[in-house]
Amino acid sequence: MSTDFFIPDPEGQVPNAEGYFGAFGGKFIPEALVAAVDEVAAEYEKAKGDPAFAAELNDLLVHYTGRPSPLTEVKRFAEHAGGARIFLKREDLNHTGSHKINNVLGQALLTKRMGKTRVIAETGAGQHGVATATACALFGLDCTIYMGEVDTQRQALNVARMRMLGAEVIAVKSGSRTLKDAINEAFRDWVANVDSTHYLFGTVAGPHPFPALVRDFHRVIGVEARRQILERAGRLPDAICACVGGGSNAIGIFHAFLPDEDVRLVGLEAAGHGVESGEHAATLTAGEPGILHGSRSYVLQDEDGQITEPYSISAGLDYPGIGPEHSYLKDVGRAEYRPVTDDEAMRALRLLSRTEGIIPAIESAHALAGALDLGRELGPDGLLLVNLSGRGDKDMDTAARYFGLYDAPEGDAK
Amino acid sequence: MSGNIQLLNEALATAKAENRAALVGYLPAGFPSVDEGTAAAIAMVEGGCDIVEIGLPHSDPVLDGPVIQTADDIALRGGVKIVDVVRTVGEVHAATGAPVLCMTYWNPVDRHGAERFAEELADAGGAGCILPDLPVEESAGWRAAAERHGLATVFVVAPSSRDERLAKITAAGSGFVYAASLMGVTGTRASVGAQAADLVRRTRASTDLPVCVGLGVSNAEQAAEVAGFADGVIVGSAFVKRLLDAPDTQSGIAAVRGLAGELATGVRKR
Repeated sequence: MSTDFFIPDPEGQVPNAEGYFGAFGGKFIPEALVAAVDEVAAEYEKAKGDPAFAAELNDLLVHYTGRPSPLTEVKRFAEHAGGARIFLKREDLNHTGSHKINNVLGQALLTKRMGKTRVIAETGAGQHGVATATACALFGLDCTIYMGEVDTQRQALNVARMRMLGAEVIAVKSGSRTLKDAINEAFRDWVANVDSTHYLFGTVAGPHPFPALVRDFHRVIGVEARRQILERAGRLPDAICACVGGGSNAIGIFHAFLPDEDVRLVGLEAAGHGVESGEHAATLTAGEPGILHGSRSYVLQDEDGQITEPYSISAGLDYPGIGPEHSYLKDVGRAEYRPVTDDEAMRALRLLSRTEGIIPAIESAHALAGALDLGRELGPDGLLLVNLSGRGDKDMDTAARYFGLYDAPEGDAK
Repeated sequence: MSGNIQLLNEALATAKAENRAALVGYLPAGFPSVDEGTAAAIAMVEGGCDIVEIGLPHSDPVLDGPVIQTADDIALRGGVKIVDVVRTVGEVHAATGAPVLCMTYWNPVDRHGAERFAEELADAGGAGCILPDLPVEESAGWRAAAERHGLATVFVVAPSSRDERLAKITAAGSGFVYAASLMGVTGTRASVGAQAADLVRRTRASTDLPVCVGLGVSNAEQAAEVAGFADGVIVGSAFVKRLLDAPDTQSGIAAVRGLAGELATGVRKR
């Protein structure tokens, strides 16, 4: 089996030594975490040069995760997208049900190399938490997952999965009680327990080296997809769609296509009830540069630099920040970012379910909604690649309430 | 108008001359309201604090434990703005003559503009700023603004800081060095970490700046213990807790004054 799944960015141009992607990134952390973050960076540099690390990770990606993930053409769905051809990169078929496992396995191996025995992580939708709890079970590591209280309720299935896997799940009750606050609480834990504990950060945000490190572990998505779509469609896609919360699945599929300048990279942000409503998580559409969770990037904030509370029906996208590389790609014009409302995403979720027999995560449904629009813009000659970052099992309670699928009186049909 | 870094240096020198540690008290602005927060900070000085830190509340206080998180939350829900924080600094300094620093996270200052914030803080009579999530490597812009406006830049060092980093950090700082007594967030602790004395010793090896110890100190006994090896004792959450636990603000302010008195006795028992 091929062993080229773990391929750190061969260009190596960004970030620079200080962790900057243009004006974004850096390392805005308290002194107490400097040694730990530097240790992660140093260990990752060593691991990158160690063939045994790549071999162990590649073996896990093939025999545990199930890579490569398939590329599925969705013809019936595409009839609703102006007739463009649409292929889905099926990260939902990975073990644990989303792309998150790619990064988690890489960082779990780093945790072992650093000799740490305990892992903490934040989670929004619960997919990163489930993947982390899974890897901790596999490697025999203690595991604590921080999750906003709002999210523990709307993603209760994933809370049960994490606990079944042996992780402790702590419901965070501060702030907006969502992903942002879970990250705050994980940082507080890390400061106090840094000797024994690795913070297994789940997205391409946070202080350097996390944005580059997490990206590298997800590059496999785009590396595979590029090869697969050339085989299947005979050419590169006109555009790639991926949802962005923190931005990990989007960077993962975008990155191998960065040199292909004719391929449009389109990130779909959660617009919640609409950007104009103020109830949204559309950071790149409505935010401004600031510092949140250790790096400079676009953030949703007020004029005093207070972070404003985001909103999305999707727990995984309900975040007022964004990975710094996305801010960079936006500002240099290499990627574009569009808002998708709750309603648009939920319509796309139902459409894919009913035309293709694939129930996507609500997060991924934002990318599908974007693809429907882009397909109509491109017309019948268009070719689209969509990252189906996760499966929708975890969202069935939210979807059932949204669409009124429960028997009365539980239903609350729209 | 220039900021009061000199006043801060003098307060620390006076304590040293009196063969005791300086007492530094922290309260966030706007808690429980802007005016009551100002009154409570004034009471800290009346009770015996030599130096005051006024917190600029932040929506995401990742280095604070539950006590200061709660206070920040109350202040922000009450609508506290940066202009109110600067006014609090000015009024506490004017009423007491004590040096007053601002402590906050970097994003509010960055968003407001480092130059603008330094100018406004100095104009209000502020003595300096503590920005615990702004590492020395990212601090050049802020330090230039602070220096232009006569403000101290107090850096935090931690038990995990290696000696070469201590040298780099203390070389960039002014006023004093804030030594975190333990690895963790703000909040009272049953005992102050044994790591604190070692950190102070290692920090002194790299700088002549006074070294003040914070995190976990809440009573006179701990203050006396820390005063045995440090130039200053920093107390925050214990003051905030007095206000949170009080049945009304007036008795809370009286409790703040009382705690400052106990701690002031402690720092003189080295």
